[in-house]
Amino acid sequence: MSTTPTNSGHSSILSPGLRAPDFSLRCKPDQSISLSELRGRSVILAFYPADWSPVCGDQMALYNEILDQFQEFQAELLGISVDGAWCHAAYARQNKLRFPLLADFEPKGAVARAYGVYNQTEGVCERALFVIDPDGLVHWSYVSPVGINPGANGILSALEDLKTKSESAVASQ
Amino acid sequence: MSTLTLPDPARDHISGSADGPVRLLEYGDYECPACGAAQPIVKEIQRRLGDDLCFAFRHFPLTRIHPHSEHAAEAAEAASAQGDFWIMHHALFENQKALEDADLAMYAAELGLDGARLIREVTSSAYALRIREDIRSGLRGGVNGTPTFFIDGARYDGAIDLEHLVSALAIRA
Repeated sequence: MSTTPTNSGHSSILSPGLRAPDFSLRCKPDQSISLSELRGRSVILAFYPADWSPVCGDQMALYNEILDQFQEFQAELLGISVDGAWCHAAYARQNKLRFPLLADFEPKGAVARAYGVYNQTEGVCERALFVIDPDGLVHWSYVSPVGINPGANGILSALEDLKTKSESAVASQ
Repeated sequence: MSTLTLPDPARDHISGSADGPVRLLEYGDYECPACGAAQPIVKEIQRRLGDDLCFAFRHFPLTRIHPHSEHAAEAAEAASAQGDFWIMHHALFENQKALEDADLAMYAAELGLDGARLIREVTSSAYALRIREDIRSGLRGGVNGTPTFFIDGARYDGAIDLEHLVSALAIRA
């Protein structure tokens, strides 16, 4: 088992270089977040199958713990599943989550489909990660095998890579 | 494979033989019930493999869900500074539900350590840097929750029970 995630051969997942489709999803029962309003910052999208399932729990707890490391890269983390906003609210409260969980609830899984990470058979999102650059392009994407928590090293490598790129772009100007 | 996730006798707490052919590294959290449940399994593996096993433990406290985990990790390091990491390591796992500072001082005294010094170091976060180093190496090495085991540097994604771990280790032996 490699400890450095690379793309696992999903043909449909949006690949690097493509524009990340915009969306507007509920992050609270009375509040929405759209991707376009985060333009200018890096965005981490963490699609996961379901609130409350054990592996997801570990994954979101891990990201919650290391949120400051993502913030060092000026990156915003958004969790996304097909659970509704009230379910997300209860789950976030229980786990003291400090980042938004978005409800890809109606039409169900529409955003996951747009990103090529909807599992039609199970009716849930795949466990998939995207790092989107400040211009709104996919910089890195990854689908984790079922039941395996992908951890954070792929995200951190992608953010480091983005930082190096933007620094060298600034240097060459 | 990453050398980040191989036991490093120069810095890590090693139990068993530092040059044992089978290298098992655990990232764990003293307040994590799953880590507690894994301890008897690790002990049995150590008993079976004897000097063939090089076992190392690194800290990965998930402080948002386990509020006592950071001080517990500090206590193990403080015990190490007084000459015995493992005695405190085992005491902490055996008392996962009693990890207040007063409890830590009491365990230190019971174990024949200088409790006043230990608690002074714990409350001043004397070993925070080392704990951060453990977390950082874990994140970059692919730790995705606790406990996470690495066998000869490769993340073990199988079931955490004696049978599966022993057979995964046997392949390496």
